[in-house]
Amino acid sequence: MDYSQFLYMPQELGLLVVFLLVFLFDTFAPRRCQSSLPVLTVVLFGIFTVCNYFMMVRGTAFSGMYESTAATFVMKAILNVGVLIVFIQSIKWANSEAMAVRRGEFYELLLLTVFGMYLMISSRHFLLFVIGLETASLPLAALVAFHKKRYESHEAAAKYMFTAIFSSAIFLMGLSFVYGLFGSLYFSDIAYQVVNNTSAMLVVAIAFVIAGIGFKLSLVPFHLWTADVYQGAPTPVTSYLSVISKGAAAFAFMVLLVQVFGAAYSKVWEWMLYAIIILTITLGNLFAIRQRNIKRFLAFSSISQAGYIMLGVIGANEIGLASLMYYVLVYIVSNLAAFGVAFAIEQQSGKVSIDDYNGLYKTNPWLSFTMMLAMFSLGGIPPFAGFFSKFFIFLGALECGEVSIYILVLIALINTIISLYYYLLVVKAMFISPDECSIPNFRSSCGERVALTVCALGIILVGIASCIYTFLVETAQDGTTMFGLLN
Amino acid sequence: MELSYTVLVLIIPVFMFLFLGIVGVKLSKKAAGLLGTTAMGITTVIAYAAALTYFFGADQGQVVDGVRQQLTVLDITWLEFTKNLVIKIGVLLDPISAMMLIVISTVSFMVHLYSLGYMDGEKGFQRYYAFLSLFTFSMLGLVLATNIFQMYIFWELVGVSSYLLIGFYYTLPAAVSASKKAFIVTRFADLGFLVGILILSFYTDTFDFITLTSNPQAAISTAGGATFLGCSVMTWALTLIFMGGAGKSAMFPLHIWLPDAMEGPTPVSALIHAATMVVAGVYLVARMFPVYAVDATALDIITVVGAFTAFYAAAVACVQSDIKRVLAFSTISQIAFMITSLGVASPELHHGVGYMASMFHLFTHAMFKALLFLCAGAIIHAVHSNEMSAMGGLRKYMPICHIAFLIGCLAISGIPPFAGFFSKDEILAAAYANSPLWGVWLSVVAGMTAFYMFRLYYKIFWWNNPDYGHHTPHEAPMTMTFPLIFLGLVSIVAGFIPFGEFVTWNREEYIIHLDWTIAGTSIVIALIGIGLATVMYRKENDIPERLANQFRGLWTAAYHRFYMDELYQFITHKIIFARISKPIAWFDRRIIDGTMDLLANVTNSASFAVRRMQSGSVQTYVWFYIVGAVAVAAITIICLI
Repeated sequence: MDYSQFLYMPQELGLLVVFLLVFLFDTFAPRRCQSSLPVLTVVLFGIFTVCNYFMMVRGTAFSGMYESTAATFVMKAILNVGVLIVFIQSIKWANSEAMAVRRGEFYELLLLTVFGMYLMISSRHFLLFVIGLETASLPLAALVAFHKKRYESHEAAAKYMFTAIFSSAIFLMGLSFVYGLFGSLYFSDIAYQVVNNTSAMLVVAIAFVIAGIGFKLSLVPFHLWTADVYQGAPTPVTSYLSVISKGAAAFAFMVLLVQVFGAAYSKVWEWMLYAIIILTITLGNLFAIRQRNIKRFLAFSSISQAGYIMLGVIGANEIGLASLMYYVLVYIVSNLAAFGVAFAIEQQSGKVSIDDYNGLYKTNPWLSFTMMLAMFSLGGIPPFAGFFSKFFIFLGALECGEVSIYILVLIALINTIISLYYYLLVVKAMFISPDECSIPNFRSSCGERVALTVCALGIILVGIASCIYTFLVETAQDGTTMFGLLN
Repeated sequence: MELSYTVLVLIIPVFMFLFLGIVGVKLSKKAAGLLGTTAMGITTVIAYAAALTYFFGADQGQVVDGVRQQLTVLDITWLEFTKNLVIKIGVLLDPISAMMLIVISTVSFMVHLYSLGYMDGEKGFQRYYAFLSLFTFSMLGLVLATNIFQMYIFWELVGVSSYLLIGFYYTLPAAVSASKKAFIVTRFADLGFLVGILILSFYTDTFDFITLTSNPQAAISTAGGATFLGCSVMTWALTLIFMGGAGKSAMFPLHIWLPDAMEGPTPVSALIHAATMVVAGVYLVARMFPVYAVDATALDIITVVGAFTAFYAAAVACVQSDIKRVLAFSTISQIAFMITSLGVASPELHHGVGYMASMFHLFTHAMFKALLFLCAGAIIHAVHSNEMSAMGGLRKYMPICHIAFLIGCLAISGIPPFAGFFSKDEILAAAYANSPLWGVWLSVVAGMTAFYMFRLYYKIFWWNNPDYGHHTPHEAPMTMTFPLIFLGLVSIVAGFIPFGEFVTWNREEYIIHLDWTIAGTSIVIALIGIGLATVMYRKENDIPERLANQFRGLWTAAYHRFYMDELYQFITHKIIFARISKPIAWFDRRIIDGTMDLLANVTNSASFAVRRMQSGSVQTYVWFYIVGAVAVAAITIICLI
């Protein structure tokens, strides 16, 4: 075996090093040093994230099962930013009394899921992809059940587990169809053969693959677990689930659909996606309107956001890929800001209802301000980052110039207005509703403040700094073979 | 590029704005003021260094074959729509932007300094300096813009800072309504500007000034002779862009905001509403001049608007009683001179001297009008009133201010050797070269200028003083008199600058030679104006009263500014609000809102109806899951077969 091919996966190796160091520290460090584990993880992961920018390589490894390109490199870098913010946010929580013996597990399991996501993004063979998918899913079930003594946490974990297994089954069934049709699990082999295949079996296979990934992305109708799990899981895990897990799945989804099934006749998958996007955006919005629990509310808002993310996939061009990466980046900062505020308040006062936020502006102006930024960005109000990400994702979808896509974008635009309504409800509660605030003024922990500041700056600056988007467009056009079959 | 340090003139003020805006309240008033002024001083030094290097520095490519080059010393791509249509943020140095650097930084620094004394003890002193920094930043960004879109961004920023500063005394209802009026009127004009930009960039596929102006013929021909309502689209675009300029530069009929803008602090009036912001329209036309020059229709519109405004404003200025309003109308009139001068300039006539004259007058006018406003500020500071009736005999109490004001009056009237004489003479020469009609017209207005300025001068400094009560007026503090002395000296010598060597329409050198027939006539006309004013206003007498009674109707109309404000009031309230807005509002309330409410209700009930899907039982979830997956496959198969 040629060991030098490991050099094509520096990001995975780096992540493993971080994981091992954290693990060793957790296992062997004396008890009194244990409480510095969260900070250590943040530092190590921070160093890793920064070093990442010097680790760019292009090439394939393991006889083409694994590929590293400019696009995969940037996708992983974007995920790293999100993971780092989640880590910083949860420092204080991980150091709390109840977490004393388990804080190591939290970080180790999360690092492992990140590893799985890396594999999902970089794999060019379905076997490796499934390994990545499972590595990214299973530890999360343990994390959802992290509050051992809380009933909701158990229930959420059970639901997550069931649905995850079920979706894996469907996904694998789809894969077995694929293997039956083409006799190979290499992306490139399938992509070449898919061109002239018009069998109904292929349609079923693609539908099942979409259903399998649709679970991770919580696309309607594969989303039903989302709200229950988001509500029951510890908030850092929820924010991780809704942001990082979703972002990684979106990246993998794009690679899968475009690179593997991109050339299928009549672009079968586009029509499936078409229906799913409309359902996802609309139903996500309809559910979000009624929610009073902030975590359930954010769960449904994130479902509808996933629908917008999919608009980048449906365009299936470089602009679409760049917009998708951009959208995920913006979504990471915006949604983590929202979760960060919700988490800080939950930690402090145990309040999780939007009604409790009435008059929050008077007692906690900075938290309210950050939450407002997050809501504006998620709702797509200029000049915040969310406006630009929506703008570019629509642009990417419209690029292909089909009438059906125009209609789709129109529906998405109408839904933006509905979403604005419920995002502004939160802002209204904080700034306008006159009630005496039940949440007293408090000072959130240092980690939370750092994370929120990073998110707020991201929301304000990512949109204005146009160089980010330009860079992503260049990355998307950077010699990938991704769109080779389509053009 | 060596001149790239020019960008500091933008960075320092915007940093000062943020700093004073955020932590200003924590500083003492004195510290905030000194900090703002020091920062402005540094900015001024850098601006001078950049401008002087550009004009005189060792050749860094500024001059090629006798033509001064346009240097883009900073260029950042901000948004890329297509390969050609790109929005950039940059810094452009060329003769007019370098000249504006000097004008803006000089006046702004003087006003910063002056305000230390004038605004002493005011509430919100720190806020005032923060806004001044914002304005300086926006104005410098406007003149240094490399493309029309960047200019538009800074153009709006200038409008915002003007709004903030006019409404600085936000507890006074008059100041609040004046700031709103200024913002709405200029914003309305900017609508035209924006539409013009969009049309222009749609047809020429570029925002860039250099691309537009280096080959205007090509830019225009890409429009391919498209027409709209009988005019070519290019004429429309250029006229609409000029509409934006007319709004900022207070050209008739969009001038109505400027007199009211005098509600702001007087140093602000000197900086924004006399020297810098109001000439943005002139600057805009000058910036785009090569494009305008190939479109005769657009130039004619500019000439007519300018000439009419010059006369109209001068007529109104002759009868106003508020010292700042006289100066405001005089500003409108003088800017109209510059606009007309651009309108009559054409490359074939007299080496396009109108362009040079317009820029020259912009330069000198900025100096002496800022001087006049700052003097007015010192006077108002001394007598606590804007009305001329509260003044009189002040030459005994305020000698420095008196001399400075006299210099300003002589300069604006066009008496040699003061600055205004030289620049106004060039404008008249350009006007006569174009057509005797405009020449005579502007000469008459020049005479009126001399008349109303000396009317003002005599009434303030010579008439018998009213009862000043306990406090006799006294000379202003040093921070206020120094700017007066400095600007007074500049107003004396600025005319001797060989301006044609620096700024011409084709950026080649042009030697100014005075045409003594025109110069002589204009001196005589100015002297007649002054003489008339001396006869009527040297001392209190009943000549003005008798004349006013003789022409009662005319006098009243002029005093009420020919009822322009009332006309606007009538059009907006009686016609637009009552006849158009009300029915629309009804339609909006009943039909549109009704439909929206209906939709919202439908959405709400739909959201209620779907709730059953989220039952909480994991069996249902799986059920939905598998049905969903199969349905997706089935529907696709059915659709495809």
